[in-house]
Amino acid sequence: MTPSSSQAAVASGVRATPILSTAGVRVEFAGRGRRRAVATAVDGVNLDIAPGEIVALVGESGCGKTTLARTMLGLERPTSGVVRFAGQPLSYRSRALRGYRRSVQLVLQDPTGSLNPRHTVYEAIAEGVRIHRLDNEEARVADALARCGLRPPERFFQRYPHELSGGQRQRVVIAGALVLEPSVLVADEPVASLDASVRGEILSLLLRLRDELGLAALVVTHDLGLAWNIADRLAVMYLGRIVEVGTPEQVFADPRHPYTRALMSVLPESPIEPIVLAGEPPDPTRIPPGCRFHPRCPELASGAAAGAGVAERCTSVALPVLPAAGPAQGQVSCHLAQAVSRD
Amino acid sequence: MSAPAAGTSTAGRGGPALPPSGPPLTPRRLAQARRKAALARFWREFRRDRRGMVGLIVLAVMIAVALLAPVLANSRGLNPIYATATPNTGPSLHDLLGTDNDGRSVLTLLIWGARNSLLVGFTATLISMLIGALVGVVAGHFGSIRARAGRLTDNLMMRVTDWFLVVPFLPLAMVLARTIGPSLGVIILVIGLTSWAGTARIVRAQALAVETRPYLERAKALGAGHWHQMYRHVLPNVMPLLLANTILTVAGTILAETTLSFLGLGDPIRPTWGEMLGAAYSNGVGTGNIVWLLAPGIAVIVVVMAFTLVGHALEAVLDPKLRGR
Amino acid sequence: MPLLELRDLTITYRTEGGPVPAVRGVNLSLEAGQTLGLAGESGCGKSTIAASVLRLLPLSAKVTGQILFNGEDVLTMNWGRLRAVRWAGASIVFQGALHSLNPVRKIGRQIGEPILLHEPDVSKEAAGRRVTDLLRSVGLPADRADSYPHELSGGQKQRVMIAMALACSPNLIIADEPTTALDVMIQAQVLNLIGGLVADRGIGMIMISHDLSVLSATCQRLAVMYAGRIVEEGPAHQVFTDARHPYAEALAWAFPIIGDVRTRMSPRGLPGDPPDPADVPSGCSFHPRCAVARPTCSTRDMELWPAGEGRRAACVRVLPDGHGESAAGPVEQENDQPEEAVS
Repeated sequence: MTPSSSQAAVASGVRATPILSTAGVRVEFAGRGRRRAVATAVDGVNLDIAPGEIVALVGESGCGKTTLARTMLGLERPTSGVVRFAGQPLSYRSRALRGYRRSVQLVLQDPTGSLNPRHTVYEAIAEGVRIHRLDNEEARVADALARCGLRPPERFFQRYPHELSGGQRQRVVIAGALVLEPSVLVADEPVASLDASVRGEILSLLLRLRDELGLAALVVTHDLGLAWNIADRLAVMYLGRIVEVGTPEQVFADPRHPYTRALMSVLPESPIEPIVLAGEPPDPTRIPPGCRFHPRCPELASGAAAGAGVAERCTSVALPVLPAAGPAQGQVSCHLAQAVSRD
Repeated sequence: MSAPAAGTSTAGRGGPALPPSGPPLTPRRLAQARRKAALARFWREFRRDRRGMVGLIVLAVMIAVALLAPVLANSRGLNPIYATATPNTGPSLHDLLGTDNDGRSVLTLLIWGARNSLLVGFTATLISMLIGALVGVVAGHFGSIRARAGRLTDNLMMRVTDWFLVVPFLPLAMVLARTIGPSLGVIILVIGLTSWAGTARIVRAQALAVETRPYLERAKALGAGHWHQMYRHVLPNVMPLLLANTILTVAGTILAETTLSFLGLGDPIRPTWGEMLGAAYSNGVGTGNIVWLLAPGIAVIVVVMAFTLVGHALEAVLDPKLRGR
Repeated sequence: MPLLELRDLTITYRTEGGPVPAVRGVNLSLEAGQTLGLAGESGCGKSTIAASVLRLLPLSAKVTGQILFNGEDVLTMNWGRLRAVRWAGASIVFQGALHSLNPVRKIGRQIGEPILLHEPDVSKEAAGRRVTDLLRSVGLPADRADSYPHELSGGQKQRVMIAMALACSPNLIIADEPTTALDVMIQAQVLNLIGGLVADRGIGMIMISHDLSVLSATCQRLAVMYAGRIVEEGPAHQVFTDARHPYAEALAWAFPIIGDVRTRMSPRGLPGDPPDPADVPSGCSFHPRCAVARPTCSTRDMELWPAGEGRRAACVRVLPDGHGESAAGPVEQENDQPEEAVS
């Protein structure tokens, strides 16, 4: 898929065959500790990533976004549901998984921790090449470094991670992922550990890679500003489910889910009156019945839901999982929003 | 408008001076240069620990003595047949440390004892370290996999380790000596078998810690298999701990050998310091040559202390780097 | 008389590689009841300043200048007076609450510790009651006093740190990165809490962060630091939306306002990295990364020149003598400058 055509496709809203998608994925973790309850980190998610598309997955800690990302990478097996790459379901046999690694790669949050302190930059990037027994190792490493803005690449070959700055380390990590020529990059908080003035550079790099290589990306973050900066589409997750999807313009300008609205309202310079939710994100071992957000929902608490006649449903009727492809105006999983849109 | 010079701040970050331009620099040559620089740095740090240096010098002397034994003391001196001096006499000009019960020069025995004791110590430790490292790394690696099979492997290996941890080495040595016949080989075997478990536990603990680090996750994401993860990532990061632990183990091994030989489980023909101690103890040293008892005893203490000092110095040098990285 | 006044504060660390200037001649003042934001990235010296106010720096730090707390110079206080000031006069909410709490002691005991230290004639029961009050004022239930740190979430731990800082009713609180690593909603809760407590009790506060948007929403005044010096100072909102110094502007852009089309799909960062304090560029320390630097910038010594009503900036561009074009408009720069290696 050439870069320009993928961008055009995204721009026109045409949904090409997704390069990476999940269908009804649920991931449960066996209970630990005294209660031995099962934690449902991901509770049914349909998410598509089109070729060359950057999707931001936002949510608070514990909402399951990292687990979902790892499942899409094949590092976790879903308890139920299917992850598909280019239409084909993932096979979890070791040889097939290894081949999959050439298509979907990972960039972690902490660039310092992601690099083995005993390996040089060259070795860190060449690791992928060697594991997959690719040829032309030196040329590939140099090319990846150059693409990530570390020029001239040879000067960086023998450096150790602790001799580089945070931004440079993250570039090395991205180069290490790029060297396998993936189609999708999964980035978990790619700029959270970096200095503020350096964040923009790394985000620009991701955009540039999308433009030059047609690289799609799933960016997991709790930072909405990041999504505004680079995302084509945005999915808001809460307690294992996606509760709202749309383009950043749609979601930010007109958040329809009460949770999204609360998140937007507490951002600095927000035009909405701040709605500060009380309490902590709930426990994935104790998912509330009905709409999982209802215990903290300001609409329910204020009576707005009752006013629209859906209060009963909020506490008892579970919401269906949002489909991966929906109307162009974005989707939301909320009884109140659905009631309102029906009128 | 001046162009921003990117990356200036890294100038102060201690990048190494690259070799001046000459023949094309391959990654291999640069890697060698870096390794040399790293070793030089390590040596400089180690030199600063005075006690460690003392230990190192003592060890160097001991090892030199052991290696040069054939040169320093004629091996004929070990054979009681050729012993002509008066047995069990104190130090004299002819025999600097006196003679033993058979008239052999204690000095000769001491020098050859160094060779044998150190040989047993090193060999037994090598066995112990190899087994311990293997078990520790494999158990630690598979123990961190969430899958059932991984934890099972870890559990199994650890139960076996536990068993070896509690096996009492003295009865085992005696039984083996009885069945196979007393020899240095038996001692090496026994010590090796009874000391690897401690190393395995320490290595496993470190391996578990390393497994939680993000670069292991990255390796998995890149497609690395178990062998690659263990060999390229876990093992190198476990090495420093292993090295320091090994040096300390040698000290323990030598003491263990001394004990076993003292009890007569060693090879009576190839003397070790333990042998000397045992023989001196049971052959009326009180009335004769006290140096026969003192010399090997002091030698053991000195060597063990030297190894301990070096081991601790190693830990001190390697540890802050370990944490700093 | 200002509550806190820093006069020409210079802090140099003695290291193996030579003296490293962490803070180079900082002048700041804070009145009682005022809030000041101190912004900057790693290596700029802001945390060093925070520690210096209570003389908590290591022995290798050489401090010159004056730190006047209610007129008394902290640097020349005798030990007894210093101990009295520590916590009862001024307290710190440390960065990284995870590591600032003793994992083997209960929360209640840790919060009560400074009370018992500073007021020896307070009984244990009375201290316990005060701890309960403190917990309630930070929004935690009283029974939390019997928990251990590992039983609390990140947001809860941060609240405990705030409660601890308030324990002895200080006149000044220094909050060092109080919300970094917290989720958006928890961050909003904590900031609300801090703002409310400070306003209720008339406490002076210095908040340190690298997120200008947070500081502009919480503080009255804002000072931006770079390479050990203050490069801009003024009313918080003005500095954030209309910075005069190019670095302050870049920092403001790093955390984009959602809804601002200028930052949609165009993340803005600075090339290079924040300078190593051991190797600060000559002249204006920002000039290597500045997109509008002039030839004089690498040689001329910078001072904080007036740049508007109650505002100062250390940039030649605010000077009226021919160079004084105001820094209106976004700073133009190419996205994603390649990183160049310097051996």
